[in-house]
This record gives sequence, structure tokens and C-alpha cells, in this order.
Amino acid sequence: MTTWEYAPAPESRDIANLKPGYRMFLDGEFVEGGGEPLKSINPATEEVLAEVSTADRDDVDRAVKAAGRAQERVWGPMPGAERAKYVYRIARLIAERARELAVLESLDNGKPIRESRDVDVPTASAHFFHHAGWADKLDFAGYGPDPRPLGVAGQVIPWNFPLLMAAWKIAPALACGNTVVLKPAETTPLTALVLAEIIQQAELPPGVVNVLPGAGDVGAAVVGHPGVHKVAFTGSTDVGKSIQRSLAGSGKKLTLELGGKAANVVFDDAPLDQAVEGIVNGIFFNQGHVCCAGSRLLVQESVAEEVLEKLHKRVATLRVGDPLDKNTDVGAINSREQLTKIQELVASGESEGAERWTSPCPVPDKGFFFAPTVFAGVSQAMRIAREEIFGPVLSVLTFRTPDEAVAKANNTPYGLSAGVWTEKGSRILWMADRLRAGVVWANTFNRFDPTAPFGGYRESGFGREGGRAGLEAYLDV
Amino acid sequence: MSDRISVAKTYKLYLGGAFPRSESGRTYPVTDAGGKFLANAAHASRKDLREAVGAARTAFGKWSGATAYNRGQVLYRVAEVLEGRREQFTAEVAASEGVAVEQARTLVDAAVDRWVWYAGWTDKLATVLGAANPVAGPYFSFSVPEPTGVVGVLAPQRSSLLGLVSVLAPVLATGSTAVVVSSRERPLPAITLAEVLATSDVPGGVVNLLTGSAAELGPWLAAHGDVNALDLTGAPAELRAELEAAAAGTVKRVLRVPPTEPDWTEPPGITRLRSIMELKTVWHPMGA
Repeated sequence: MTTWEYAPAPESRDIANLKPGYRMFLDGEFVEGGGEPLKSINPATEEVLAEVSTADRDDVDRAVKAAGRAQERVWGPMPGAERAKYVYRIARLIAERARELAVLESLDNGKPIRESRDVDVPTASAHFFHHAGWADKLDFAGYGPDPRPLGVAGQVIPWNFPLLMAAWKIAPALACGNTVVLKPAETTPLTALVLAEIIQQAELPPGVVNVLPGAGDVGAAVVGHPGVHKVAFTGSTDVGKSIQRSLAGSGKKLTLELGGKAANVVFDDAPLDQAVEGIVNGIFFNQGHVCCAGSRLLVQESVAEEVLEKLHKRVATLRVGDPLDKNTDVGAINSREQLTKIQELVASGESEGAERWTSPCPVPDKGFFFAPTVFAGVSQAMRIAREEIFGPVLSVLTFRTPDEAVAKANNTPYGLSAGVWTEKGSRILWMADRLRAGVVWANTFNRFDPTAPFGGYRESGFGREGGRAGLEAYLDV
Repeated sequence: MSDRISVAKTYKLYLGGAFPRSESGRTYPVTDAGGKFLANAAHASRKDLREAVGAARTAFGKWSGATAYNRGQVLYRVAEVLEGRREQFTAEVAASEGVAVEQARTLVDAAVDRWVWYAGWTDKLATVLGAANPVAGPYFSFSVPEPTGVVGVLAPQRSSLLGLVSVLAPVLATGSTAVVVSSRERPLPAITLAEVLATSDVPGGVVNLLTGSAAELGPWLAAHGDVNALDLTGAPAELRAELEAAAAGTVKRVLRVPPTEPDWTEPPGITRLRSIMELKTVWHPMGA
């Protein structure tokens, strides 16, 4: 049999228009920050991409005050129809610079170019486009007549979807008449700063959006600033809890989108080849750096062996490597710290007695990479069944009856997402009803859309992003 | 005028559908607005609270799984039974709150009407809060509101009946179950309301009413791992921040409530209903 080898198809890194230095965006200007500059590295090569200025407490204070002024004097009083046009401009400019943003995202984050190109950037643009249209239709959103904005939104976002999370946060805030102080993640600040450039090009009034890079202390300063009226955070459950605790008694409106440990439930009547594709997409999409990743596979016992076999075969074909190569399926782990965490949890899985299978695929010598790994024989008490790994590691458990599947799926303090695979319509709806999770994907996984509300139950957070329901987070209702 | 000696009622807790005394054996005297002794109320303990949360959790599956039509009928039944006991409640509210009988009657009437209002909401929430999402792809996507689970309620301290009904009825309307700590000084209408609930087809455990101190029980309620949402309406002002911080330990939904008790006769709106519901989005591919 002839084997056709892949030839590399790399996207040119020049398209990213990478600059040696990036500055924070405050009150309409790019300025040096008072904090220690950080170096953003390419996780696929460990080389420094750029030096990025960070904010100190004074910068945070100036940004919040600028946002407050802009909200009171310009953005808040502006007719919704005018705000809408600014937000539409952002959507269009993102689309125009899509290729540049995609390459930059893959460089800074390590995700495959195919994903940044086909998912992150277009969905970010779509998010602005959808929310732009809400700006002058808020009276019809179901929150009573003339719903008011909250004021200044302090937003802290994670490193797994840097541009897309910025879009999820900024778009509804602006549409509802709030202004923004956004802190991108320490390891992935670059696309948020290009978004700031786009916002400048779109001629938004100074102070309406401010982007302050930095570490956790900058985030804490933003959410704790008395001039911030609304806090939105996406990230780990631990940090989310500490933010909720720190805001106790402040009266600030809070939304949290936190961790997950989603069950992906496969019944014996499911179209197994299709299910295997869904399982792979569920856990290996974005290196498993997805809060709603399908990290616990629950397979009905009668097909467990078959599914596992098909899964190994399929996962072994995933190409791990250069994020800029269009053939790459699994890119780089975002940071050394995250890689260490994944390795530690995988070691716990082995020592607790789960059977480890790791793809024999070649892995680059340089950079942070982790070959796709599947654990079989996992029991519910193991750490790899309970803790969020946030990496390309799948834990496989089995069940016999639908009731058992539901009990196991819900046996977690999280509740962000879940998957169901079966041909039986009534069972899909029965499962969808019983799974305690904010998003249920049936015979599909990891679908996102600006019109479809997203967010968690229980310790996966509260509040929704997207759709009519997502507006509530940014309105005083 | 009869010289008959009346039969005084022993006020107990309402827990899992039964009326037990506090396991602690504690009681405290309740007086009317003028300081005259009315009755002893059970002084609920931390252990009673834990029992109540357990009962509420057990009851959640069936109550949340009941059809919206059924829940609407149960809530309407509460209104019917309450209507029949208006005179008793009027006397209790007048005594508890120190208001004139006429005003107490208005408050009781408003409480009855509020049950009717919420009874009508059960089968409209999904229509009003849910959606078919027009996603850009070959998928059918819909979002539907669901009850959050067990809601911990520190009931209003001043409004002994209307305030209590205004915070409790929305919990039931959504399909969640409740653990309520009543007003400390004015607990008697709450326990009499529990008698109404017990005889109105509200399944045992769906509502658990504890009389006692919000300051004492609040921290345990706020920190309890099996409570999903927290209503601090009746919390002492100086404890609010501490209780909110405790709630963060399990990422509870903490209702945004005004610092002082609102005017409960105002129309309630749906904010309270919305804040104790989760929204679930379901996706399925479309194709021939």
C-alpha cells in the first residue's frame, strides 16, 4: 500500500506583523505601563515573541477613571444606534485583519492555525457583529423599557482563546453602553493589543476600551477598583472563587465562567465513527485547553472496547507539532507551567491505577508539547476523573444504564458542558433534561455561536455569554 | 362573650414535610409589637439547618421534574387554602407587625394574590426566558431555563407574611426547593404558612421553614455545599459581606437584593425568578 506522507504547509509568520514591543492601551493611547514588562513567548519554540508593557496600580486607576469619564460623558449618553455602528466597525476590522490575527494568535498561544483561522477569529468577529445589533434594541430584550448600563466593566480573561474571550467580554459590554478595562492573560496578551489597535482604528472615543496587560495582581487591582461596577471573569474555579470572595459586599455585579469536567456520554446505539470524531474534537480541540472540554468519556459497557479501539486508531493519526502548519491537529501547550500541571496529573492517573495509552506520534524536541493521551479503566475517585486537567488527556469510564450515565455525569462540582451520543431522539432529550450543565451537545461537541448562551451551572460559574440572555450581565436589571 | 379557655398552639419547625421541635430543644419567646407574650417559637440550630438542606435536596428531583402545569396548580392551591384562612393570618400579622387590622388584611390579601401571580408564572418562564438560537450552522440550538437547585433564604425581618411569600413563592415557581430562616422577631405567620403549605399538595421537603436567628444560621447556610443560591434579604446588614464571602466557597448565586427591605406591596417583576434559574443551551445537528 502506498502511504502519502504529509508535506508541511506552514503559514508564514510574517503575516502576524509581529512587533518587538507592545504597549498597553489606556484612554485611547498606546502608552508604557508602570509595571515590569513581560516577555510573551512562543510556546512552540520557547523563543521570545515580544516585550509587552504591563500596568501598575496607578495605570489601573487611570484606566478605570478614563473608562468612567468615557462612560458618563460619551458612551453612556450616546444613542444606541450610534454605539451599534462603532461595534459593527470592530467586527468588520477583525474580519479584514483575520489572517494576521490568526497567525499572531497561533504564535502567542500555540494553537493550530486551522483553529485560530476557522474558529477563534471568525467567531470573535461574529460576536461583535451580533452584539452591535443589540445596542439599539435593548428595549426589546425583555429587561423592561430602557434598561441602563452598569458603568465600567472590569474584565479578566484567560489564555486559551485570547482574542475570542476578549470579544465575548467587550462586545456585550459596549453594546449595552458600558465601558471596559480588560486584562488579557499574562502569557497571551498580543491579540488583545491588536484588538485595541482595531478599536483605535474604529475611532471609538478614548477611554471606552482600555487594555492592560499584566499578571494576576493587575487583574485583582482591576476587579477591586472602586470605580468598577461590573466584573466579568473567565478562568479557573479557584481564582473565580477568590474574586467572588473579594467582591463580597461591594455591590458589584459579577459573572463567572470557570472550570469544567464535562462528561461526554456515548450510548451503544450511537453512530460510533461519528462519536469518535466528536470525542476527539471534544478533548483534543485546542490541546484540551477548553473549559468545556469533554474530558470524561462515559461509554456504555457493551461498546466500550470497540470505542476504545477506534479511538486509539483515530487519535494516533493526530499530528502534533508546529501550530503554524495547516496540517497540525494538536499544537503546543500554552506554557511550561501548564505542561507541568498536565504531566503531574497524568502521573497521578498512572499511580492511581488507570491504564495509560499515549499516541505514538512524533513530538517536537523544542517547545511545550504533550502527546494525546487516553486513560482507560478510570474510576470516579481518581484525580484524573475529578480535576480539570486542561490538556490533551481523556479519562474513560463506563456505565450500563442511562440512569447510571446521568449519575456519573453529574457527579462533579462543575457543570459547564456535557455531550450525548445516541441515535434515539427521546433519549437525547431525556439526557439533555437531566444533565446538570449549561451547555449540552447532542451528537456534536464544542459548538459556539454568538446567539447561543454559554455558561455554567454550580461551580462552573454563573451568568451567560451570548444571545439575549448574555445581555443581562451588562445591564442594571 | 365566651369564657372558654382557648387552646394555644405550639409553634414548631417545618422540616421535610413534618413539624418537629428543634433538635436542640431550644425555644425563644415571641411577643407582639407591644411586648405582650404570644408564644414560644422553636429556636432552630445548625443541625436543624443541615437536616433542612438535606430534605430540600431530596425533594428537588421530583419537584423540579414535575410539569410546570402541575407546579402552577400546587401554587394556586396554596393561594386557595390561604384565602380560606385570611382571618387567622390577619390576626397574626396584626399582632406580629403591630399594624391595624385593616392594614393587616390588605397585606394578607396581597400575599394571597402573590401566590396566584407566581402560580401563573410556572409555565411561562421557559417561553419568556428561553429561546431558539439562530446559530450560523446546520444545528438546532435552544436554550431553556432550569431551576438552580436548593435556595437558601433569609426571609425579611419586618414583613412577616407578604415579604416571606414574596421571597418564597418565586423559588417554588421555578422548581427549586427552599430552606427558609424566618423573621426572628415575627416568626409566627411563617409557621402558620407552613401549615398551609403542608395541606396544599406542596410535597414535603420542598419548603423547609426554620424559626430562629438569621445571624446564627446565616453563616452555615451561606457556606453549605449543597445550597446553590442564597437570598440575603433578611440578613443583618453588618453580616452581609461575610455571608456573601462564605457563599463564594461553592460559587453560589447570591441574589442582588436592596440593603433595606423593599415595599413588598409593589409589583415584584421577574428579576428574582431569573436570578434563581440556570439557562441550559442544547445543540443538535440538522441533516437528512
